[in-house]
Amino acid sequence: MTMTADTPAASESIFRRNLSNFAANRLAMACGLIVVLFAVMAVFAPWIAPHDPNETDLFRRLQPPAWIAGGEWSFVLGCDALGRDILSRIIYGARISIFIGLAVILVATTVGILAGLAAGYLRGWVDVVISRLVDILLGFPYLIFAIGLMAMMGPGLWNIILALAYKEWVIPARVVRGETLVTRELEYVEAARALGASRTHIMLREILPNVLSPVIVVATIRMAHVIILEASLSFLGLGVQPPTASWGSMVSDGRAFILEAWWVSTFPGLAILLLVLAINVASQGLRDAFDPRFSE
Amino acid sequence: MTDALLEVRGLRTVFETRAGRVCAVDGVDVEVRRGECLGIVGESGSGKSVTFASVMGLVRAPGRVEGGTVLFDGRDLRALTPAGMRAVRGRDIAMTMQDALTALNPALTVGEQIAEVLEAHDETLPARGAARRAAIRKTSVDMLGLVGIPSAETRLKQYPHEFSGGMRQRIMIAIALACRPKLLIADEPTTALDVTIQAQVLELISDIRARLGMSVALITHDLGVVAEHCDRVMVMYAGQVVEEGPTAEVIGAPRHPYTQGLLASIPRPGLRGQPIHPIEGQVPDLIDLPPQCRFYSRCAQRRDACLAPVDMRAAGPLRRARCILIGEDEA
Amino acid sequence: MSLLKVEGLSKHYEGRHSLLERMTGRPHTVVRAVNDIDLSVEKGEILGLIGESGCGKSTLGRAILRLHEPTKGKVTFDGTDVTALDAAQMKAMRRRMQIIFQDPYASLNPRRTVAEIVGLPLRLHGLARTEAEVREKVAAICARVGLKPGQLDRYPHQFSGGQRQRIGIARALVSHPEFIVCDEPVSALDVSIQAQIIALLLELKREMGLTYLFISHDISVIGYLADRVAVMYLGEIVEMGPVEQVLANPRHPYTQSLMSAVPEVDHAGRRKRVRLTGDLPSPLKPPSGCKFHTRCPLATEACARTAPKTETVGPGHSAACLRLAENLSLLDEVPA
Repeated sequence: MTMTADTPAASESIFRRNLSNFAANRLAMACGLIVVLFAVMAVFAPWIAPHDPNETDLFRRLQPPAWIAGGEWSFVLGCDALGRDILSRIIYGARISIFIGLAVILVATTVGILAGLAAGYLRGWVDVVISRLVDILLGFPYLIFAIGLMAMMGPGLWNIILALAYKEWVIPARVVRGETLVTRELEYVEAARALGASRTHIMLREILPNVLSPVIVVATIRMAHVIILEASLSFLGLGVQPPTASWGSMVSDGRAFILEAWWVSTFPGLAILLLVLAINVASQGLRDAFDPRFSE
Repeated sequence: MTDALLEVRGLRTVFETRAGRVCAVDGVDVEVRRGECLGIVGESGSGKSVTFASVMGLVRAPGRVEGGTVLFDGRDLRALTPAGMRAVRGRDIAMTMQDALTALNPALTVGEQIAEVLEAHDETLPARGAARRAAIRKTSVDMLGLVGIPSAETRLKQYPHEFSGGMRQRIMIAIALACRPKLLIADEPTTALDVTIQAQVLELISDIRARLGMSVALITHDLGVVAEHCDRVMVMYAGQVVEEGPTAEVIGAPRHPYTQGLLASIPRPGLRGQPIHPIEGQVPDLIDLPPQCRFYSRCAQRRDACLAPVDMRAAGPLRRARCILIGEDEA
Repeated sequence: MSLLKVEGLSKHYEGRHSLLERMTGRPHTVVRAVNDIDLSVEKGEILGLIGESGCGKSTLGRAILRLHEPTKGKVTFDGTDVTALDAAQMKAMRRRMQIIFQDPYASLNPRRTVAEIVGLPLRLHGLARTEAEVREKVAAICARVGLKPGQLDRYPHQFSGGQRQRIGIARALVSHPEFIVCDEPVSALDVSIQAQIIALLLELKREMGLTYLFISHDISVIGYLADRVAVMYLGEIVEMGPVEQVLANPRHPYTQSLMSAVPEVDHAGRRKRVRLTGDLPSPLKPPSGCKFHTRCPLATEACARTAPKTETVGPGHSAACLRLAENLSLLDEVPA
């Protein structure tokens, strides 16, 4: 008997389908590749970097890039005021930018998801407390508060992460709360309640998987933002302390010589631009891929 | 032939999807006569809505009208330019949608939305100025009165969300009728409504049709609605017309096994205690269909001969059906 | 004794008020979605609950299951007062009282496979000792509702509406409940699929000895499958009785107009149409007296003032209308 089923032959999850949607977007794919390249660069910095990033050589002070008279190919992007190789410092700087970006987003997203789920599903006083806290934190000027916090706690990697994450969780929290408010009214959540499922089960097993896509998208966009913020803190001298290489502090270092040695500030600046742009375009692609309106 | 207002022959509309070509409308002939109400019945995926979207030139990418002729009042609509088609829509052919809430613009008052249609199409209006505004106003008030909305003057200033579901459907009908079209395409006008409100809206459509002498193409999934309101009926299945004829005849003695199955699967109080006989299985996937009878997989009377393409056959003086059994009955 | 007994059940929603409004002592706006309902369902019976959207029929079904906590009243299931149970006892009770939803798209979690969805009740209630046993029971019930074994690891979006409804039915039945609230289980389906699901629900009821509260807006469906019917209007039951009796001799003018409004294939054009004017009033501001009086063709002045009491009009047949004694019928006026 021929029964024509209108279902595809192979089983595929929505998540996998989203990923294949993403793969179909060439530009986003290319940008995703750039992000991966930066990450590889950060992880394998000691093997990739041609020189020790902190090795100073006063004879190479402000040496120009290789293609300009006075440059040499072993120091492709030139050297800074202390004669340190800019390319090597950019490669090591990627470690700081990407590590801080990832750490802040990971902490903030985890906290944000839990807070958003609790506020959106439990409602009542939990929602009031979390929502008010979110409102208050949103009112704080980000950088000024981070500067104050850094000034109080002193510099240091973990303090930077804390200073950037203290209100970053607000963004995923708001997204998750909104999505949860919609999802909790859907019949499959009601069905789980009718079956006797606990609140924890409903929040973590029924609602969470369905609100995750927008959070992932938001997290990538915000990661780019956090990288800029970290660079800003370092630029102001409140970030990672010298001599550790950080793109923000490199831009800051080159400020004084911008007219005679533009390469000192420009290349780390370009690195920030390229990574942030790549993350943003890739996350656009992610958003399109996750948006059910784009998948049939 | 002379009394056909809309005459569609061999209409074919396809959608290119990632999974393959979906032939949503495959060789459909439609004839809507002057002053008649034609019912178009089918389940989801039967192509009943796409057929009329194709007639209106409203099929959007990835869909495309691939073939067929659409003659309206003697004119070939498919040969018209987009601007020419826009002039036909709203003035000669009007359409109402199933979901009145999303079909109406929430940011404009009801009066503004009726005025918009009149501005675009009504050539009898005074050229400009106060006289034009007064004429638009008068027609708008008349239209709301026609669809049974009381205190039209104040209602014109209200927004769609200030009306109930049934009232919104009436407003959509009022907008559709503003330019006195010759043909009203009503796409599931009552599906979203409660039965008591549904009855009101359907009676309103029948009533206006009689008064204005227009034709109505009523798209619905409800055979009951067709039985009570349509002169003729066309049953669609998987992108094809499978049966057509005068409503009473088709419902009284359906010839196509699908129509028979559809009628047999309507639960009714009269059948209490007896098992109902649903049509087994489901509508076939429209992607890359084999050229056989589309109902083959679900048909209780299928045979090998059904594996060849099946054409519409005459099943009486005014009736046609797409089933190989029809010739055999007569023989 | 009835399997389910509902006494004086109400579900009211309070309008949201700002702090300022509360301080100035503005009177509360209360939506009486379900108002003082009494009904009972016998074991093995199908009680049909019919009414238009917004009449409170779905809220009533959910209040009975305490999915929406009732404001007042009592629900007794098999001798146990369900409304008095604590969380743990209620969880145990949920195994015995289940619900099938209207929307086959919204009622299944899109991120879970069929096996996970249908297996959930077994896991929650510890009804299977091993994963293999879960799988086995899931496969058995899925086969029974007409899904193929190869489909168990697929996701809901890979199924059609009718198949999804079968998954929802399998989930409701896998824990072998006794009572099911069917909340418009076929309203969202195509006609030919509707018939398949109705036939399936009736078979399952017979095989598993189930009792249904079948909510629908479709009087033909109720007339076909229910034993008794309750007609709801604006949160109240206006008429209730054996289906044959209510359909043959509807006593409440609302039931009469509801019946006359349904377009029917069988006796097209041969019936008198009762034309109800106007729309369902807002439940925020329900009419005084009899709630139907604003749309009732038979309404008198008294109807606007006095709320009618429910009266017995026949064996097991009751209705709430002030003019019952006059024995009027909107349908009688059919010219022969």
